[in-house]
Amino acid sequence: MSVIYLLISISIVVAILFCVAFIRAVKTGQYDDDYTPSVRMLFDDELKKKENNHNNTN
Amino acid sequence: MNTQNCYHCGLGYTDKEEIVFDDKSFCCYGCKTVYEIFTLNGLTDYYSFEKTPGATPKDTNGKYDFLDNEEIVYRLLEFHEQETHIVSLYIPHIHCSSCIWILENLNKINIGVSSSQVNFHNKKVRIVFNPEKTTLKEIVHLLCKIGYEPYISLDNYEQKKKKVNRELIYKLGVAFFCFGNVMLLSFPEYFEMEEYWLDNYKSFFRWLIFGLSLPSFLYAASGYYSSAWKSLKTGMLNIDVPIALGIIVMFVRSTVDIIFDYGQGFFDSLTGLVFFMLLGRFFQQKTYNFLSFERDFKSYFPIAVTKILPDRSEVSVPVYDVAAGDRLLIRNQELIPVDGILISDNTAIDYSFVTGEADPITKKSGDKLFAGGKQTGKIIEMEVLSSVSQSYLTQLWSNDIFIKKDRQDYKTITDTISRFFTPLLLITALVSLLYWLFIDVTTAFNVFTAVLIVACPCALALSAPFTLGNILRIMGNKKLYLKNATVVEQMAKVDTIVFDKTGTITTSKKSDIFYEGNGLTEEEILMVKNILRGSNHPLSRRLYDFLPNAAIILVDDFDEITGKGIKGHIDGNLIKIGSADFVGVSKVQTLQTAVYISINKVYKGKYVFANSYRNGLKPLLENLSKRYELKILSGDNEGEREMLKQLVPPGTLCVFNQKPEQKLAFIESLQKEGKNVMMIGDGLNDAGALAQSNIGISISEDINVFSPACDGILDASKFESINYFLKLSKNAVKTIKMSFGISLLYNAFGLSAAIAGKLTPLTAAIVMPLSTITIISFVTVMSNYYARKKA
Repeated sequence: MSVIYLLISISIVVAILFCVAFIRAVKTGQYDDDYTPSVRMLFDDELKKKENNHNNTN
Repeated sequence: MNTQNCYHCGLGYTDKEEIVFDDKSFCCYGCKTVYEIFTLNGLTDYYSFEKTPGATPKDTNGKYDFLDNEEIVYRLLEFHEQETHIVSLYIPHIHCSSCIWILENLNKINIGVSSSQVNFHNKKVRIVFNPEKTTLKEIVHLLCKIGYEPYISLDNYEQKKKKVNRELIYKLGVAFFCFGNVMLLSFPEYFEMEEYWLDNYKSFFRWLIFGLSLPSFLYAASGYYSSAWKSLKTGMLNIDVPIALGIIVMFVRSTVDIIFDYGQGFFDSLTGLVFFMLLGRFFQQKTYNFLSFERDFKSYFPIAVTKILPDRSEVSVPVYDVAAGDRLLIRNQELIPVDGILISDNTAIDYSFVTGEADPITKKSGDKLFAGGKQTGKIIEMEVLSSVSQSYLTQLWSNDIFIKKDRQDYKTITDTISRFFTPLLLITALVSLLYWLFIDVTTAFNVFTAVLIVACPCALALSAPFTLGNILRIMGNKKLYLKNATVVEQMAKVDTIVFDKTGTITTSKKSDIFYEGNGLTEEEILMVKNILRGSNHPLSRRLYDFLPNAAIILVDDFDEITGKGIKGHIDGNLIKIGSADFVGVSKVQTLQTAVYISINKVYKGKYVFANSYRNGLKPLLENLSKRYELKILSGDNEGEREMLKQLVPPGTLCVFNQKPEQKLAFIESLQKEGKNVMMIGDGLNDAGALAQSNIGISISEDINVFSPACDGILDASKFESINYFLKLSKNAVKTIKMSFGISLLYNAFGLSAAIAGKLTPLTAAIVMPLSTITIISFVTVMSNYYARKKA
């Protein structure tokens, strides 16, 4: 049963890694603006489609 | 496509003004030009995200010349290296996804821009550009040309690199990490199974939990300790004192428990508590950040002015570098930044910013000009009398009142309750300790700590922020934007309401116009309208819109004498429109605002502009007068007294000819009588009064443009709802009181278990989160219920 020491240690290490990842994400400003990116990701497609149309008409 | 509205900006227009381009209709050439720019650069998708997203570009000739001054540009830049400059510009017009799209595609229009990124909530765009290919001025001009005029003012100029404070998010993350893992590891003990392996590893689990709760106890909860310490030092017991006490006692007791193997301790409750409370704080901060709008007066002044050097050459200088004796050039529609003397001939200054009077005041050469006025004629030259910081407006604004904005004297409802709650809690804990000391010493300490743990008023601390935050959001949706949550509480206490007249109970947008004098024939009206067409004076524009549509006739010898009037020939007839002396009428002592008309030197009559009152003013005032004392202040003359008397309920005090300082003093004298005053005004001219009052609400016709330092901004279209908002604030306070009741019930239940010495970690782990969740859902439901109720 002493394997539980190992397993729990691993799980704690994984949890700490996630916590550190979260803090780094906050530090780099990923949580500063939570609205614009959600709109921005929809734009790229539209822009490409339009450029294709443009090429077609040329 | 809607044929009646502009394809670009959505404004309505009449058939005659319609401009058709590329099968689309536009209301003006400005909008058409923007469309052309977008089409040329393949950016017509702008119109596919939102309908009519644009704004009509404004004429900005010369307005941004100060951006030629390198010093100013460098101060505005966020970052500058040889080939990369970064600037963040505040653009009030950002309002939809089309805006984001077009601003992030700026590089398609100007090749000097390498990328741009929009922050929608802050209405800011961050532009990275190459200074060798373009300049900041070019970018700003481009933005103006496409209808996204940035807002550059002294605020930007003084901007220090602001550090974003993300501490709360870190704490929240750490608290959740601890809470989740501690909960998981505590689980086996909840079931108290007498299993071999559980007994075997018990101490391993417990010490692991202890270790995991350390970051939560030491780091995440640290804000509560410092707040509690501060409040103890000032001798005031705020709600953070019992919270910090509860957390510390919980930690010490739990540590003792596991050292001597008494039990598992309360680490699960502790970490949960810290997490939930930080979550509440986070929610609170989010709401407040979203609503923060306060700006100081500097936002209204131009950042640079044009100075005329002795050799007649012109330079842009920062406004703070202006010294007495300098000569300045002020263009049409520019603000006068400092007091000075007019050098040029004549001009008209619009002081609506300072006095609330909409009609420009004529100034002759040699007259004194006061800071804050807006120049409305052709370009003028002025000599500076004093530097910026000594000016009249600055004096008004540097009045003490703007400094004590944090309102140290006001105690929130939570603070008031906690002043009673904390001593009561300590007494209960001590009494039960003494009682148990006679029976059993070990239990006595258990009971003492249990009382402090279970009575930890987390639900109490959360109920006010959640209710008020929710109410702030609801009011925001209904277009009343309050500065912070305390304002809601103070609003509930108001007993006197003071209205400003101009721009508050009257609307500055449309005025009733009527004609007095010898009747005009249709032909004559036609001629008047055609003369008016050439003038840009606000009264001319208003009268032009008021007169019926007419055919366009050619006007000869049109001339606009600024500050006096306009004249022109039509078919040989000389038509003069303007002030009384201009038209040749002896000036009658009148209190009205009027435009006089003469044709071929014969006086015909005058158009009188009456103030028009807001819709629903009368019923609103009547409703309010049932519960509040009403007063009306006006910077205007007494011309409207009779009219006003019919509108206001009997007994309402109306005071006229009030200067800004007098308005402030009026509010002060009311407060000395012990009144809680709410002031409703419209702008800078009553800004002192707005700040002096317990609650200052400013009415705004355009939220993006106008926001002086006050406690709240109300959209002019929602003026009638003032009564509703007042009621809602009262109900909000009622909700908080009810939730305090519920939270005390939980506390009583927990306490009775604690005093009896029967509080187990499991009960604590259930009761504490449960009470928090009940309170939060209760206040959310109740505040939404009250919001739906009609006033």
